[in-house]
Amino acid sequence: MSRHGLAYEQAPPFGVPLLFMLVAPAFLFAAGVLAMLPHWTADLLAPRTVALTHLLTLGFLGLVMLGALTQMLPVVGGVPVPGAVWVGRIAWAGLTLGTPLLAWGMDAMHTGALRLAGGWIALTLCPYLAAGALALARARSIDTVRGMRLAVAALPVVVLLGLGLVAWLRGDWQPADPLRWLERHAIAGLAGWIGMLVMATAWQVVPMLQVTPPYPPRLTRALAWGLGVSLAWALLAPSPWQRIGHAGIGVGLVAFALVTLDVLRRRRRKTPDVTLDYWRVAMICLIAACLLFLTGGPHTPRLLAGVLFLLGFAVSVTHGMLGKIVPFLAWFHLQSRRNGRGAGLPTMKDFLPDGAARRQFRLHVASLACLSGAPFLPALAMPGGALLAASAFVLALNLVRAARLYRSHGGGF
Amino acid sequence: MTTFTHYLGDDHTHCDELFTAAENAVAEKNWNDARTRFQDFHAAMRRHFAMEEDVLFPAFEARTGMVGGPTFIMRGEHEQMLGLMDSMRAALAREDYRAYMSLSETLLMLMRQHNMKEENILYPMADQALAAERDGLLATLSGLEHTQHA
Repeated sequence: MSRHGLAYEQAPPFGVPLLFMLVAPAFLFAAGVLAMLPHWTADLLAPRTVALTHLLTLGFLGLVMLGALTQMLPVVGGVPVPGAVWVGRIAWAGLTLGTPLLAWGMDAMHTGALRLAGGWIALTLCPYLAAGALALARARSIDTVRGMRLAVAALPVVVLLGLGLVAWLRGDWQPADPLRWLERHAIAGLAGWIGMLVMATAWQVVPMLQVTPPYPPRLTRALAWGLGVSLAWALLAPSPWQRIGHAGIGVGLVAFALVTLDVLRRRRRKTPDVTLDYWRVAMICLIAACLLFLTGGPHTPRLLAGVLFLLGFAVSVTHGMLGKIVPFLAWFHLQSRRNGRGAGLPTMKDFLPDGAARRQFRLHVASLACLSGAPFLPALAMPGGALLAASAFVLALNLVRAARLYRSHGGGF
Repeated sequence: MTTFTHYLGDDHTHCDELFTAAENAVAEKNWNDARTRFQDFHAAMRRHFAMEEDVLFPAFEARTGMVGGPTFIMRGEHEQMLGLMDSMRAALAREDYRAYMSLSETLLMLMRQHNMKEENILYPMADQALAAERDGLLATLSGLEHTQHA
């Protein structure tokens, strides 16, 4: 019997995931401010568009996802991330300091800043990746763990391809077709890291939080393997296999989204839940993004696919998850400190009242609506960016309120 | 041949259904119905805890020698759930919608992450460690369930 299965009580202190989650909204806010300037609406590969993308992917999503994984792995897989406090702090410092420099380097096309930021981020992610890989190797092989393994395996590929692109921009080397490198970097990052991680997490947390029937086990098994193989093919040199890989990713993600919508439809609880609304928006956007990606076509729909995937799918899910994870962990850690005598303690809706959560959702959806239209009507970039910044500000306020309430009841980090 | 994972996992699903029925009755502010349904849920949870704490956990601890490990943590979370359920019963008595819903949201998170740990980790470990005596223990669990139902 594996003794590693005994370790699920070893979730990290609240301060570890909270540190990631409290800082992440700053990057969403910065992305909103940058999105107010319409330059990004013209070109998928404009320096500002690339900078904006990395503020969202590395800054906001990266921080929340790395922070949440330290908490998820002990619960889902029964294994702690070894040295979670330290590898967490190092990765946190890597993304918190490296992402602004990287985004500035992209916006200003300052290759020295790009090299420094890229190297710093790659270096500081290494301990986290090694610890995460070790934990996942020890975890019990359920489909969620298989999906997480793929996601964590995709991350070094994304980083290495990114470093290769920085080297190309600096003129240190000349790949035959740098755009192919860029495409692989994007596919490994968006489908491999973000897509796989959200999907694998959803298999556990959607039935858990919404009291829905479980995902069909045959589907989760087929998706874990199918997307893994598709991703590997999609990263190959141009060939029929690569095209099959692209199609497999698109079809797999659409299947995941459709089944998620069906599972949510069969939810047993009748109470309104803002997280449910975030998941529904996310799945609809994921389907739309994949259809736009699969049909290919000109630049503008591709830009729209990017907005729908990142903001509509990934950021929506992240908002929804933060609204559950932070209030629950705050309550749970306070309870544990009192050895289970929790009478009189604030409960989840005290940490995040429904009204505050709903305001955050409305701002997010409004920003999504405007920014989805901005590639066609650049004037929408200004209100869309402002609304995105406002949604990030409200998210930050909600998280800080929860952290302060936790502290005022004697909670430590 | 059934396993602890299936038997107790199915009982989790049964408890989830009773939880939802009680919460849905509160959502409709149908307080009398809510009180009855909450009682059913509370009884089912206590029965489930008894099956684990009186039968499965002691057998697992005796077989593996792991007394301060996962079963210790699970017992602690049972206590936390019972504490929340006491507060929910008080909220029902006061017909306090907001308090019940906030407690119920908290209990749901605690209960579901607890179940996830049991179903993903502890029960499969118990199935492995207690393979030789599993059928006898399952018969005891089934007897306990029916005795307490009666």
